[in-house]
Amino acid sequence: MAALPPEHTCACFDEIAQGYTEDQARREAARCLNCGVCSECMQCVAACQAGAIDHTMQAETKEVRVGAVILSPGFQTFSPVKCETYHYSSLPNVVTSLEFERILSASGPFGGHLVRPSDHAEPKKIAWLQCVGSRDVKYHTYCSSVCCMYAIKEAVIAKEHAPYPLETAIFFMDMRTFGKDFELYYNRAKDEHGVRFVRSRIHSIDPLPGDNLQIRYADESGVEHREDFDLVVLSVGMEVSQGARELNATLGVDTNGHDFVATSPFAPVSGSREGVYVCGAMQGPKDIPESVMQASAAAGAVSASLGDVRWTETKTRQAPTPKDIKPEDAPRIGVFVCNCGINIGGIIDVPELSAYAKSLPNVAYVEDNLFTCSQDTQVNMTRIIEEQNLNRVVVAACTPITHEPLFRETLIDAGLNKYLFEMANIRNQDSWVHMKEHDKATDKAKDLVRMAVARASLLKPLKEKPLTINQRALVIGGGIAGLNAALNLGDQGFETILLEKEPQLGGMGRRVHQTIEGLDVQVYLDKLVERVKGHAKIQVLTSALVVGFSGYKGNFTTEVLVGPGMYERKIDHGVTVVATGAHEYRPKEYLYGEHERVMTQLELGNYLHGWSSAAARWNRVVMVQCVGSRNEENPNCSRICCQGAVKYALQLKDLNPDMDVVILYRDMRTYGFLEDYYREARDQGVLFSRFDPEHPPQVTEDNRQLSVTFVDHVLGRPVTMDVDAVVLSAGARANDTEELASLLKIPRNAGGFFIEAHAKLRPVDFASEGIFLCGMAHSPKLIGESIAQAMAAAARAGAFLADVNQTISGVTAHVDPDRCAACLVCVRTCPFGVPQINRDNVSEINEALCQGCGTCASECPAKVIQVAHFEDDQISAKIKTLY
Amino acid sequence: MRLQYPPNVRIIEVPCTGKVDVMHLLMAFEYGADGVIVVGCMEGDCHYSAGNLYARKRVNRVKEILDKVGVGGERLAMYNLSSGMGGRFAEIVREITEKVMELGPSPIRVATGKATGPIAEVTT
Repeated sequence: MAALPPEHTCACFDEIAQGYTEDQARREAARCLNCGVCSECMQCVAACQAGAIDHTMQAETKEVRVGAVILSPGFQTFSPVKCETYHYSSLPNVVTSLEFERILSASGPFGGHLVRPSDHAEPKKIAWLQCVGSRDVKYHTYCSSVCCMYAIKEAVIAKEHAPYPLETAIFFMDMRTFGKDFELYYNRAKDEHGVRFVRSRIHSIDPLPGDNLQIRYADESGVEHREDFDLVVLSVGMEVSQGARELNATLGVDTNGHDFVATSPFAPVSGSREGVYVCGAMQGPKDIPESVMQASAAAGAVSASLGDVRWTETKTRQAPTPKDIKPEDAPRIGVFVCNCGINIGGIIDVPELSAYAKSLPNVAYVEDNLFTCSQDTQVNMTRIIEEQNLNRVVVAACTPITHEPLFRETLIDAGLNKYLFEMANIRNQDSWVHMKEHDKATDKAKDLVRMAVARASLLKPLKEKPLTINQRALVIGGGIAGLNAALNLGDQGFETILLEKEPQLGGMGRRVHQTIEGLDVQVYLDKLVERVKGHAKIQVLTSALVVGFSGYKGNFTTEVLVGPGMYERKIDHGVTVVATGAHEYRPKEYLYGEHERVMTQLELGNYLHGWSSAAARWNRVVMVQCVGSRNEENPNCSRICCQGAVKYALQLKDLNPDMDVVILYRDMRTYGFLEDYYREARDQGVLFSRFDPEHPPQVTEDNRQLSVTFVDHVLGRPVTMDVDAVVLSAGARANDTEELASLLKIPRNAGGFFIEAHAKLRPVDFASEGIFLCGMAHSPKLIGESIAQAMAAAARAGAFLADVNQTISGVTAHVDPDRCAACLVCVRTCPFGVPQINRDNVSEINEALCQGCGTCASECPAKVIQVAHFEDDQISAKIKTLY
Repeated sequence: MRLQYPPNVRIIEVPCTGKVDVMHLLMAFEYGADGVIVVGCMEGDCHYSAGNLYARKRVNRVKEILDKVGVGGERLAMYNLSSGMGGRFAEIVREITEKVMELGPSPIRVATGKATGPIAEVTT
């Protein structure tokens, strides 16, 4: 605080203490408010309108008796304060990746405006530094698995977000985009969005005058560069928090060398103590889909162990009796416009849209929300529906595929029939796809809302009939994933049929001898097969081919040809799990098939298993990565081959420590704890040399002598060496499932892998209800990951079978018997054979069997068939209001 | 994927292209659409077995009607896409928009004097 010298007061009565300036006062107040200890001023009690604060509460110890515990405390981000050369604590424009997420967020410190902390200026140039706290012997040696992908995402979003050309650069060691379709995203970031990727680890960040930052780096050829940036983002890794460490100790589960809960690849969610399970980042660094998968897997493990007490301690929700909405009641529509953070509000003028919605006919109430799907908005929406006596609700937000169920639940809570709801998709169909055209996007949003309101006015309440569920599961594919899915379902208590098209069970697992951890896959597989075959609830059909598939969720019928005799069998079941696997790519390149010592990884594994003494005499082996992956024919990364190369390199070094093992790679993608093995391989003298896809290594033979030529990136010139064997890290390719996909009507991507319902949130479900997915059929993955996904699929399938109170959609076709001429068009049209001519000589449609596609309604020449919820006038209303 | 496409399409969802009615296709043109795209599942992959095949037949019938009445059948198109083909969808919308821009406003819209910009309509 400024003060006058005491002598000053000799001649006057001025105060010596000059008081705080506003800035000082704010800082002082912030210091006080952040001191961490509640001073019990009780201002919060007065301020909280909900009256939720009670200072008299005391901590109490409660005892809860449970049959299982699932540990999911998550992770904390690495604190870069320790990395002194990055000056994170003193340079305001050096931020962590999580802080940058907040900068981009509408609810963040700058309201979603992309500015840098020091002077709130819009950055023109941003750098991301990868592996901060990860892959570093000083901090964590493991790879945090997610940072490459989130850095690319942040760079792309920042570029989309900035209304000016923004320069972005990502400084990395290896680009680890190993997840499903991640490589495609990486390529798009590079080629379409113009994100710059620089292969260099940055040692330090230096401040420049004017708050800018300088990075010095050496490129791959060793040339030094200096580059200035406005903002630097540190891609911080994941680590175990102190709280989680204490929790693990309290529960008495073993941890690995990095403090994460230790698990085996063969029991990926089981802690060392029986009955304690783990999922998410507590088991190892992982992204959202992997976490969701593991969460379902942990639930599956618990369901299997506690299957017999299911539903014994369940509380059921009491929904209010729905209000009676009569056809003559005038519609009173409530419109809720979502900003979706900045996803919508950053593009579309939401206040203008809301004002417009107010002017539409039948609209009684409009509000906009930061996130209409948030829990507090649901509570608020329930209250508003009651207060405003609304009888229809329109939400202008995202896609009904993901969010309609949530809002329908809210309607039920508010005593409204769930069919009195309509969504206007102003995000996926508008703000996301018209990012640069704000005015046109706003105009389109108005149209979409007006269309939704027009249809909502005509919506009718519908009643749903109960769904009968056949309590039996069918698993297609008897590899490691299928076996685990069947076993888990059987353990949950559901009768399960496992189909395998080959005569023996085990799939690709039969060709792998050891995991990188050194575990014997065949011993595990034999035990697994024995358990499945001996399981009272599981029936195994080998040499079984699916030739027919019909029905719907809860009531499927699959036709199978079984055994050498191809006898036909019809199986009725309630759920289907698809686990059809993948196979190793058969290379066309690098003299494969022409020289016996050019082999794939799996062939090397087999050779090492059977002829290890011969292999021990080899002097030099070269492995080539990304064979059949990350190229034009198959742009995706096969995920498992980098660790495979490291695994086999270590096995070779184990056989003969003097053997030269060279791995030619593009990016070493040894994610998570696999990084430890990569480091071990380097320590043992395995040589790693990077090549560009433009200059792939050359494999030649001269008089049966194999040699490999590649460009050494340190020397910058070609090196040729004679070798005893060339090992091709051939990628994973999806099995041929074209016919199966067509029968089950389930989608596949360009590579032939099946497409799940939602890449992040529903990684083991298909969009078609009652069908689930696991293993390599989803995308390439390690054995432990396949097992986790299989348990997850079984958990989801089991949850469906166990939920006996499900209902059938009210979206079914109805015939107006007075106007039906019994022309038989509907009878002939219906793909499910549902309409029948009844005793009154008119068509009748059984609601329980109708699938609601509406084909009959559109074919009916007399227009006497209407599909509930998609009645002709409800569709017409949308068309008419457009113009 | 957030692939960008022209903002002049409005999507009307139906349970299946099997529900796309001749009446609704004609109605769209009657009320002022310059173009209509019907997007259904891949042939053989219809979730409801054959709805997209029926839709294809109806689209062809409506194209004939549009030709006869002078609107032009080329303003109506049907595509079969899977849910994994977002890229192709964006491409189609761009193509059709360009095509409709070339054709100019629909004669019906000219006659009724509704001079809003070109609007295509997509039914899925």
